[in-house]
This record gives sequence, structure tokens and C-alpha cells, in this order.
Amino acid sequence: MTYILKPQLHHPKLPTNSLGYTRRDYEGSVSTLCAGCGHDSISAAIIQACFELELPPHRVAKLSGIGCSSKTPDYFLGNSHGFNTVHGRMPSVLTGANLANRDLIYLGVSGDGDSASIGLGQFAHAIRRGVNMLYIVENNGVYGLTKGQFSATSDRGSKSKKGLVNTDAGIDMVSLALQMGATFVGRSFSGDKDQLVPLIKAGLAHKGAAFIDCVSPCVQFNNHVGSTKSFDYVREHNEAVNRLDVITPRDPIEVSYKSGESVRVQQHDGSILSLHKIADLYNPSNRAQALGYLQARQARGQVVTGLLFVDPSAGDLHDAVGTVDTPLNQLNEAELVPGAAALAKLNADLR
Amino acid sequence: MLAPMPDSAEPRAAMAAPAQGKTRTNDFVVKFANVNGSGSASANGMFARSVMRMGVPVAARNIFPSNIQGLPTWYEVRITEAGHLGRRGGVDLMVAMNPQTWDRDLAEIESGGYLFYDSTKPVPRSRLRDDITVIGVPLTAMCNEAYELPRERQLFKNVIYVGALAALLGIDPEAVKSLIAEDFAGKDRLIKANFEALAMGYGYVTEHLGPIALQVRKADAVGDRIYVEGNQAAALGAVYGGATVCAWYPITPSTSLAEAFTAYCQDLRVDPETGKARYAIVQAEDEIASIGIVVGAGWNGCRAFTATSGPGVSLMTEFIGLSYFAEIPAVIFDVQRGGPSTGMPTRTQQADLLAAAYAGHGDTKHVMLLPADPGECFEMGAQAFDLADRLQTTVFVMLDLDIGMNEWLTKPFTWDDSRRLDRGKVMSHHDLEVATEEFGRYRDVDGDGIPYRTYPGVHPTKGGYFTRGTSRNPYARYSEEGAVYVDNMERLLRKFDTARTMVPAPVIRPAKRKTRDGVLYFGSTAPAMDEALQMLEAQGRYVDAIRVRAFPFAQDIYDFVAAHDRVFVVEQNRDAQLKTLLMTEGGIDAAKIPSVLHYDGTPITARFIAGEIAQRLALSRVEAAE
Repeated sequence: MTYILKPQLHHPKLPTNSLGYTRRDYEGSVSTLCAGCGHDSISAAIIQACFELELPPHRVAKLSGIGCSSKTPDYFLGNSHGFNTVHGRMPSVLTGANLANRDLIYLGVSGDGDSASIGLGQFAHAIRRGVNMLYIVENNGVYGLTKGQFSATSDRGSKSKKGLVNTDAGIDMVSLALQMGATFVGRSFSGDKDQLVPLIKAGLAHKGAAFIDCVSPCVQFNNHVGSTKSFDYVREHNEAVNRLDVITPRDPIEVSYKSGESVRVQQHDGSILSLHKIADLYNPSNRAQALGYLQARQARGQVVTGLLFVDPSAGDLHDAVGTVDTPLNQLNEAELVPGAAALAKLNADLR
Repeated sequence: MLAPMPDSAEPRAAMAAPAQGKTRTNDFVVKFANVNGSGSASANGMFARSVMRMGVPVAARNIFPSNIQGLPTWYEVRITEAGHLGRRGGVDLMVAMNPQTWDRDLAEIESGGYLFYDSTKPVPRSRLRDDITVIGVPLTAMCNEAYELPRERQLFKNVIYVGALAALLGIDPEAVKSLIAEDFAGKDRLIKANFEALAMGYGYVTEHLGPIALQVRKADAVGDRIYVEGNQAAALGAVYGGATVCAWYPITPSTSLAEAFTAYCQDLRVDPETGKARYAIVQAEDEIASIGIVVGAGWNGCRAFTATSGPGVSLMTEFIGLSYFAEIPAVIFDVQRGGPSTGMPTRTQQADLLAAAYAGHGDTKHVMLLPADPGECFEMGAQAFDLADRLQTTVFVMLDLDIGMNEWLTKPFTWDDSRRLDRGKVMSHHDLEVATEEFGRYRDVDGDGIPYRTYPGVHPTKGGYFTRGTSRNPYARYSEEGAVYVDNMERLLRKFDTARTMVPAPVIRPAKRKTRDGVLYFGSTAPAMDEALQMLEAQGRYVDAIRVRAFPFAQDIYDFVAAHDRVFVVEQNRDAQLKTLLMTEGGIDAAKIPSVLHYDGTPITARFIAGEIAQRLALSRVEAAE
């Protein structure tokens, strides 16, 4: 594998955001994934979301584990620091990074192999601690880099490319995230950019543990008849419960939906989530109802997508630990080292 | 000796024999045999500290089971005006409070020594020894008479025997009382009740028995030393070393390190204006997440650590390899216990050296610091963070249960206020602005193998890079080119060589006479070794000594070995792990560095070391004569 840098030349008339960045400034190096991979669409959606949110690209820290999805942080936000950690352990590394500097935006990118098997424990614990992050699982139901084994999110009864039938129950990351106390939970489909980009924007703006399960078909190993993670299957069984618009504090508020059809939720950073209802009964502010709804639909083979749960007033791990406002990695010597006089007192207590 | 006891005696005191033999003052070993969960630990600790209040140094060791209630536990107190802080070996006075271990406790008493026991129930003569003095105090009977509640009967029994021992050994009861008053400050009822129990034991001995030939006498030998556990000292070192993130998972014997860090931070690291924390402590879901959090925080510019023991190091191994290869600072306090596997979780060993030194798959090597007492736990606990930042890698601080969980008398902690935290080669926003060359995360700019790094978010267009555990070129770009890979691996070796010059130097102690024999040791073996060397010298046997304080080994260590015909390597493990490192890293001939190994889980004793070395020196003298 080679490492390809994209040319730095920009078209002079590319639109810029208020920070003066063009969309190209949010790109990374050239993807080495297979042509048509759903993951590349998610990278493109991340780029779009960051551009539209007008985030300074270097203020985003991107972390991942191991696998096809975990390679993607190289393909977006090329000026950001990234960390391709070890298999299944991105959540703990992200937790530590977040503790060190609360002022950056943390984006964790992982896959179903990385997060639902070896990393299931760390996934659950990072969520239950309320680490302030957006955690995206690029979910294709298959081990791509090792060529086609079932992953733990493969549904029972689905078929592999070689014709094997999966006999284990599939893990639903969305239900798990809800149970672990995630304060923002969404599901989307890599083939639906209109749905995915606002979800990523809202998740990045969310304070607390935000999780998006993004079904992302593997064109090489899991896009055949009999797979429940193929483009065709997901298109046929996709049930979006709502459509989301994210209005940042800078945007003029223009709502395109008639009143009564949409719900407005203001998040901690001032961003407003405008939710256009598709499924009348769906209430994204009720965790228990969301779980019941998801499980009932799942039993019928439906893939429920949209913003499934949000608690706009959630806190995060820093609130729980009670850390100072200054990022811990910027505290100075005087703030950290108690000094010789304090030590003399401590010595006296030990006599 | 003692007058013969009838086979079934009434609860009564056995008479002590105060005039027997020569009185030994301020130099003897008292061992308490108890049942754990009975509240004996605090009473025994009070006994030890009351001796210290009289200006006499003590060395106390808790030998406890992996259990909360009902199993045997021992507490050994060496009373030593001469300041021998290691274990001597042998027991002069056994306080036998546990019927389960009676026979073995009895057997451990030195000939001419004493047995103290609860004489409420008579003990047949066949269960005693003729060559020791037996002191019975009817503790249970006294408690049953004085207290109603079972828990009170149990707890105050411990205080009563402390009172009895004070009278037998000549310990000033005021010293004990001042400790009680301090420990229970503000709880007047408890202070009064404890005073009464103490007086009960003291009065009984005064009335029925009188002092024995082991005596504590006021001295001025403690000086300004402090009495502290290594774990607590290391935790304070981490505070002074500027650590802000601690992620840990409970495991004996390291738990009290993380807990002490928490307590110190609550005291010393709170913003006085807002009351908010200048630290973050996470009790993680396991050791893997603990080290993951440490690596993440280290990557993002915090000083971060975890505290664990051998099983935790096994679990952390993959991340330690990442820290080595991706070059991320991390500090791991490994408080070693008996292995392998779950091993002896509450016993001490120095058996993680190889697991730590080479943790990780592929070619890896890690820096280890080897503190010998709580004073060094503090110093190295702080220094480890400078080294981790300067070297951008994992630094282990290798304690063991003996240092970590026992209170040791140690020199007071010191701190030089002009000392600065050394964050190593970090490029700031300004550095990146004025740099004339392209930033390359893994470029060896200075020739010492240590590259420059940046913290995430530092600059909009410069200094960003993608951190990974895969091979990459000096600009952090993915590469599987053989030459690029080898170049990087060679640089990491250069960095390890630089580490050799930064770590604490060994301590060399020449013998009083010129000799071709040497001894090499490290860590908690130190105090027993100091005494063993004195014992050997008293026998006319001379060995030069070197105490290793870090890995990679400084050149002085190789020079020491080269300057001697034979260097005994004393370790508390089965497989001679330090010797293995000396052979592997220094190419030293195995025959030149014979091992002296002690690994039964109890702290090594001076008698053991002196005996082993004396025997081998004598043997080689015989061989030479032949």
C-alpha cells in the first residue's frame, strides 16, 4: 500500500465557510478502500458536516481502532491529529485523550468488527461514562480486511458470500448504546447522505456520548442476496422515523416544515435540532419507548433510522469528574506541583 | 525456664522468667499470628508505632492472605535500634493468637525465645516447647468479663494484648496512649474505651508477671525519618511529577497506590477558587482500558499513569507495544506480587522484570526504574514522568508488595522548588511557525533517537500527523518499505541507548577490604542486603556491592561486573530474571554471575542472603585449596 497525498491546489472559486476554509480543507489523503465502499461515503459525509459546522479542522481529534473503517480517519481532516489505535480499544484511548484536553472535538470511528466483538466492553464503558464524543460505527456486518467472515452484528440467518448461514444472534449497537446511557443515538445508511450529514453535525455538536450506527455495505464481501447489510436490503427495509435539520447558533432560523410536524431541540452548544416527524408515534426524547420501538421493528426485519434518542441537557465525563475548565494538558507547574513547603507538612504527618 | 504446667490448668497466667539470660534491648523480633478480619491489624500497627515513638526504629511486615475474614495472617515487627530495616529471619517473641497456625508459629520461635498466648483455655504441655518461655494471659476470659458485645470482645482483645506486651517489653504506655488519642481524635468515647482495654492488659502483666528479657528502651535512633508505605510514596511522587490523569483497575497489591493518589489529589490538586479538580481519575473496566486511557491522555499531552500488578501487565502488553512503537509517554507502576498466573496475590516477589522489560510482540524494550524504599518510590515516582516525556515511551516503576504495602521507615521526602517538569521535545504553535523544515514526527533531528512531537490541535496547518501502530516513514506516513522500517527500528534502539544515560545511576558500596567478589541486587532486597553485608564482614568475608536502580543498565553496572571475578546476583524470583537481562543486554557469561534466589513469597531475610553467600564463598575457598 502506498500513501498518496492529494494535491494542495484548490479551485479559486471553491466556496468557503466563515472561517475561510473550503470543503477541500477538510479532506485527507486518497482512500485506499475498495471502489464503491460505503465507508468512503461516510468519510465524505464527515467532511461535509465539518465544513458546514465551520469547525476549525485541526480542533478535531479523530481516533479509530483496527479494520477497514478504522483506516478512514486518514481520508478526512488531513490537518487534524489522528490516532489509529489497537483493535477494539479506541474508546479507552479516546477517553484518555478527552480527559487531557476537553476543548477539542472527539470523533471516534470504528467498525462492527472493532466495536461489537473485541471492543464491545470498551464501547459500552465509554458510552456509560458519558465521554464527550461522536462515536460512529461503520457497520457492514462483515470482516472485510480478512475477507468475508461474519461479524457480531450479522443477523442470524443472513448468508455470507461463500454461502454460509450465520447461526449467532446479531448484536444491535443502537439498542446497546441506548441501554448503556448514550445521550445521542442515531442510525443511518451510508447511501443516504441527506440523512447522514445532519446526524453527524448534530452528533458533533452534542455534549455527552453521541453514537451513530451507520449501515455501510461492503461491496466486496457483503453486498449479495441473503445479506441483511447489502445496499438492496437496507434500501428495501429502511424505516426513517424522522428527518433532521441542524441549525447552528450562527444560522438564521428558517424552518421548512409546518408547525406540528416538527420538534425543536436546543443542544448545549446552542445548536438547534429541528426534527421533522415521519413516524407519527416516534418520540426521540423517550429512551424506553425508543428501545421498544426499535425492537418491535427489528423483529420484522426493518432497519429503523434517524435521530432515535437525544437528551439535549446531558452532561459528560468532565462534569462527573469535576475537572477544571482549563484543559488538563495546559495546567502549569504552579497548578500541578505542590512544592517543598507542602511536602514538609506531609512529612510531618508521617512521623 | 518455665515451671511445668498442669495438663488442665484453670485460666491463669503462666509465669514469665524475667531474669532468664541476658536482657536484649532494642534488638529483637516480635511476630503476631492472627486471624484476618479480627481487627488485629490496627492494634499491631499501633504496637509498632509506639516503639517508634520511643525513638527506636522498627521494620514491620504484614504477611496476609488473599481473603477478607477467617484466614491466617501475620505481622512481624522488628525492633532495631541499629536500624536494620530488612527482615532478619527468626522470631524472638511470638504472639500466638491463631489456633489454626499454632504448631508452625510455635516452631518458628528461636530457642530461648518467648511465646505469648491466650491462656483462657489450657494448652497441653505436649503442644508447647521446653526451650522457650511461655507467657499466658487469659485474654478471652478478661474480655468476656469486661464486654457484652461479641464485636467488642474481639476488638478489645487486641488492645488488651498490646497493653500486656507494653508491660512485658517495657514500652511506655503513654506512647501507646498518645497514638490512640491521635488515631481516634474527636471520638472521646472510643479513646476512653481503648485506654481502659490497654490498662487492663498492662495491669494484668504488672500484677501477675512482670517484664521479660526483651526490652524496649528510649533511644534517639529514628531521627527525622518518616514511616510510610511505598504505594503512598509513589502516589505522592506522581502528584509532584505533575501527573493529571490516572486510570486504574483494582488489583492487589497496587490498589492503595491509586487510592492514595486520589486522596492526595483531593488535598493538593483542587482549584482553590472553583473547587474543581486539576486531575482526572478513572476506575476503568479493566487493565486494558486503564492503559488505553493512559496512552490517549499521553498522546494528548497529559502526564498519565496506571498502577497495577503482574496480571495487569500481561493484559496491558498490546498497548505497551503501541506506546513503544508509536512513541507515546506512559507511566506504569507495577507493584509486583507472586506469579505466575494468579500466583500468590498477597505475597511479594520481583518476578515481573522480564514481562515488563520486553512487554509486547515484535522487538520491544522498556525503561524500568527499581526503587528500594518508599523514599525512592517518591523520587522515581516523580522522575518517571520526566523520563516518559523525554523518551516518549512507557516507563515502568517496579515496586513490589513488600515496599508497596508495608510501612517503611524512610528518609523524609524532599523537593527542590527550582526543579521544572521536563516535558521533552514538544513543538509549540510558535515553534511550528518559525520552523524552517517540514515537521516530521519520527525524524531523528538531534541524533539521540528522540524525535519531536506535537499535541493535537496545536496549529491549523502544521504539525498534524496520523499516529499509528503500523510502520511508517519519518513523516508518520504509512510505509512497509523494508529500509524505512529498519531505519526506524534502529532509531528506537538509539533512543534506548539514550535512555541508559538518563536513568538513575546504580549505587556502589565497596567492601572494607579489597575483594574480587561482588554482589548485585535491587529493589526491596536492599535493607536485608545492607545487614547481610555487615554479617558477612563480621565473619571476615568481604564483597563489593552494587544496587541496580534502572533498566537499561548504565555502563557502571557492566564495569562493576567486569572488575570482579564473580558477582552474585540476588533476586526474589525463581528464574533469575535480572541475571537474564544482564546476560541478554550485556553479553555477560552466566558462570560469572551466579544467582542467589529467594522466592517463597515472603520478603528476603538478611540471614538467608548472608548464609547463601557465606556458603558459596567457603565452598570456593575449599575448591581453591584443593
